[in-house]
Amino acid sequence: MMILSGDPPRSRTLSVLLVIIILALLATPFIFPGAKALNVAAKICIFAALVASYDLLLGYTGSVSFAHTMFYGIGSYAIAIALYGLGPNWTSVAVAVAAGLPLALLLALAIGLFSLRVEAIFFAMITLAVASAFLVLASQLSWLTGGEDGRSFQLPELLRPGTVFIGKEWFGFPINGRILTYYLVLSACALMILALLRVVNSPFGRVLQAIRENRFRAEALGYRTVFHLTYANCIAAMIAAGAGMLNALWLRYAGPDTSLSFSIMLDILLMVVIGGMGTIYGAIIGAAIFILAQNYLQALMSIASTAAADAGLPLLPGLLHPDRWLLWLGLLFIASVYFFPTGVVGRLRSKPGSQR
Amino acid sequence: MSDIAATDPLPKPKRDLAPLLLPVLLALLMLPLVGSASSWVTLTVASLAMGMMIFIMASGLTLVFGLMDVLNFGHGAFIAVGAYVATLVLLPLASWAQADSLLANLAVLVPAALLSMGVTAALGLVVERVLVLPVYGQHLKQILMTTGGLIVAEQTLYALFGPQIIPLPVPAALRGSFIIGDIAIAKYRLLAMLIGFAIFVAIELVLNRTKIGLLIRAGVENREMVEALGYRIRRLFLGVFMTGSALAGLGGVMWGLYREQVHASIGDELTVLVFIVVIIGGLGSITGCFIGAILVAMVANYGGFLVPKLALVSNILLMVAVLMWRPRGLYAVTSR
Repeated sequence: MMILSGDPPRSRTLSVLLVIIILALLATPFIFPGAKALNVAAKICIFAALVASYDLLLGYTGSVSFAHTMFYGIGSYAIAIALYGLGPNWTSVAVAVAAGLPLALLLALAIGLFSLRVEAIFFAMITLAVASAFLVLASQLSWLTGGEDGRSFQLPELLRPGTVFIGKEWFGFPINGRILTYYLVLSACALMILALLRVVNSPFGRVLQAIRENRFRAEALGYRTVFHLTYANCIAAMIAAGAGMLNALWLRYAGPDTSLSFSIMLDILLMVVIGGMGTIYGAIIGAAIFILAQNYLQALMSIASTAAADAGLPLLPGLLHPDRWLLWLGLLFIASVYFFPTGVVGRLRSKPGSQR
Repeated sequence: MSDIAATDPLPKPKRDLAPLLLPVLLALLMLPLVGSASSWVTLTVASLAMGMMIFIMASGLTLVFGLMDVLNFGHGAFIAVGAYVATLVLLPLASWAQADSLLANLAVLVPAALLSMGVTAALGLVVERVLVLPVYGQHLKQILMTTGGLIVAEQTLYALFGPQIIPLPVPAALRGSFIIGDIAIAKYRLLAMLIGFAIFVAIELVLNRTKIGLLIRAGVENREMVEALGYRIRRLFLGVFMTGSALAGLGGVMWGLYREQVHASIGDELTVLVFIVVIIGGLGSITGCFIGAILVAMVANYGGFLVPKLALVSNILLMVAVLMWRPRGLYAVTSR
């Protein structure tokens, strides 16, 4: 209970689901050998942390930010630029962390102080504008960021796939640096999510919820709402940057498409909404459902598209083409905001028979 | 305190002229920096034309927000749809559009623009009923729903028209420039300026001289009171929403012709620009939106000429500067 900061899942089904997801993530290298499964699992971990940090903003304070990928990108690029420029060693990783986190913090502080004073809607618009400017900047400053191509780099010796700790004879496959990296990502993400749980269940988190419910009243009670909102924005930005760093370490690459693009922002929004806003646990569920669907349903779509084309149906092949994945995502998004505003977690918690 | 007789004229509202002077000052300030008078005129005309087009797209958004507190994050979709619908008319009738006669050009251009406006207005009706109405009054859900709408619209455009860039040449009679001395003014920019200005005047006239305009302005100030007086503000709002969508569609056609190409991503690209304009102008204010659009276009054009690298972030810098001066935009709407 301590480790969950006194905020258990509060639903038996939800607890079972979470335990299954966490056990599956822990055991992925052993039960699903192969690069794809490991990639999917690492992505679920990274996005669970990223989405949880976004949930702190959207779910707990009720402010919509479109700049979350910017902080994610700052983290990714910090690692990429440091490891590319300073060589693949642990000092560069430390430099990246020491430079990336404060940069994200300062930017979040500036945006927060600037736009959270007025209205939630201002914040949404200004973050959108700043994030799009940052995206352009990152793809134009090619001497630093590698432009549209991004930056590929080498990892420190310990994390490379070539570094074998335990040979094939034990598990049928070698335990190498890649698997060590996976566990590094997994444990760092778990720590970040637990830290977020601690934040939202602290007195500070209660104030955030009060601001979400009624900002005017929270202000009347004597809380400096701008301070609290900006603080939350800074925490979310730092965790997003941390998730970005893990993403870059895992992919050994940082580029606009993998860390900055608007479509990642939409993915995050969708995961929060599907999982359940304002619950933190929703982030884990949302990320797991979404990323599994993204990786295994798209293949299904391409089969359906070819089938529709073979059957000579009009329009359908185009609509079912895997590239139109976002179209169905958008429809799903609208439907889930409309019909399931509380998401999976909210649904499970409100079911009769769940522990209250 | 002196008595006020019933016959006394109402006190005039204070005029706030400082923001109006801003673009003029900026333009004059740039004259020595740009150096040559002819390039200054070209740049100024270019910024005015671009500003007018942005204004056309942004005006609907700001009114919808002012009237009903609805922020449509999917506004860019109307822009993109407008541009695509125009290609449906302009490309099959390319022979007319490329004929060297102004009359033949206009004979395709006007129906194309009208069709775009019609389609986007109808789309506006659907969006208002399906996406905005159910979550009316809840900002968070509005933002999420309309963002979802933007994705769906954009992806549908990709599915229907394909992901490639569609070229959309300017009709023959509108190509080229008028040349006065060593000053060249592109004909299409002049036309864009005229249309934009006409729309600005029309909106101001409707808002200030008609009963509907009076109701809209009253609704922006105090929605409940207008409802209490027995007017159906929902219907009024639907009308404003559809008009705003139609204007966004028109803006999309003009932007497509200005860039001479159409792509579904113009929705995203212009959403950001339009948001910046609306924030600078003050949410809900038409005059502010007009000035904001011109300022954004001026900064983009002069900035692009003087310091090309700066053009990437110039809009953000402009927004920061304006909000430092007036935190709620140039003309803040009083009730918010």
